[in-house]
Amino acid sequence: MCALCGVLGGEGHWADASGVAVPAACLTRGAQRQERVRLANAVLRQFGLVLADWQGAKYQLANRTGRTELVDNLAQVWQAAERILGRACDPLDPALIARIEQSERAG
Amino acid sequence: MAEQSSTIPVNVITGFLGSGKTTLLQRLLAAPQLSDTAVLVNEFGEVGLDHHLLRRLDDEIVLLQSGCLCCTIRGDLSAAILDLYAKREHGEILPFRRLVIETTGLADPVPILATVMAEPVLRHHFRLGNVITTVDAVNGVSHLERQPESTKQAAVADRLVITKTDIVDENSVGELRRRLKRLNPAAAQLEISLRTAVDPDLLLTRDLYDVQGKAEEVRRWLAIETAKAGADAAHHHVDVNRHDERIHSFCLRFAQPLNWTAFGIWLTMVLHSHGADILRVKGMLNVGTGSGPVVVHGVQHLVHPPDHLPQWPDDDRSSRIVFIVRDLSHDLIERSLAAFTHLGAPALVEA
Repeated sequence: MCALCGVLGGEGHWADASGVAVPAACLTRGAQRQERVRLANAVLRQFGLVLADWQGAKYQLANRTGRTELVDNLAQVWQAAERILGRACDPLDPALIARIEQSERAG
Repeated sequence: MAEQSSTIPVNVITGFLGSGKTTLLQRLLAAPQLSDTAVLVNEFGEVGLDHHLLRRLDDEIVLLQSGCLCCTIRGDLSAAILDLYAKREHGEILPFRRLVIETTGLADPVPILATVMAEPVLRHHFRLGNVITTVDAVNGVSHLERQPESTKQAAVADRLVITKTDIVDENSVGELRRRLKRLNPAAAQLEISLRTAVDPDLLLTRDLYDVQGKAEEVRRWLAIETAKAGADAAHHHVDVNRHDERIHSFCLRFAQPLNWTAFGIWLTMVLHSHGADILRVKGMLNVGTGSGPVVVHGVQHLVHPPDHLPQWPDDDRSSRIVFIVRDLSHDLIERSLAAFTHLGAPALVEA
């Protein structure tokens, strides 16, 4: 538990790769979280949302008007995103896929 | 989280009404190597008879007290398993090393798998082992076409056991075998009759988290592409009114190493949006470490803790991911994953 804000450490999510020697494991925990935030934002920006690390314990998801939610892991990011947006975030939506492909081509 | 290898495996035996679940269970429990197995069964309907049959074989049966195991009593199932564990720890029952749960014939097995995989206390002491689905050779094709429960039971299986093969002709067994292979190419198929022996090790003890079984399981997944190509070539027409036609499987292959973090972002998002229609996902990923692959294994919204194999099972270093899905597009899944894997390039660098 964080002594300052009383945040309990949550159960590890599978996507956090704890115990799995993947490239992310070569990074410090903080660097892993930053990398996760960076890549998630490449998707979330397509919806006008921004994710940030919050105290190394949670993630903070916000839209452009400042509506904000704190979540524990990646799986919860998508639930929160849909609550904020009021619509689905479907990774199989052809329009979303096309936008991501276009942003990658644009660099 | 507890080490997967130190936790007690939980096997789920499922299958449609009259498909021979209990007969299979009886025969398994007769095997000496399964003498330290605890069993949970339902008490309704035919299962009442099952109970009497089973009790003669094994006195360690625990009956759930309330209703159907499949849908409404996850809490009861969790409590029953934890009660067993407490009795085991206190020495009140023999220290069982395996738990088998037999579902009802109409059960959706996924809530049971979810209880074992996701319940916070249970998952520290237990892990999901193989899901074994019985399909009877007499009615199996009909059930797969008309009963969504039967189709789902087959789709989530790690082992498909075709029963009653001694009372139908070989052509009928062959047709069922092909249907099941197309529906779930990743599951090992076995055929049993009164005259054939049951291999308890193949059914129960060899699984992804068993040291001996791990390589074998992964090799089985690798055989999928070949089997799938043959099944597709023999099958063109799609009838959307048939339950087993709505479910299909495919394997994605990526020659370049995948970014693990990007893959995690993609899979969590896909499972959030479409988890109910992703019946199984089994992947062996090259994440660029230069050592063995990372194995990812999920059922609907649930994902097992990823496991890093010490070495590759063959010379191919491609990432391969098998999906068994319902009403989802192969092309969109492939295109979406490909787009996500290039997110935010360049790739990670060491700190």
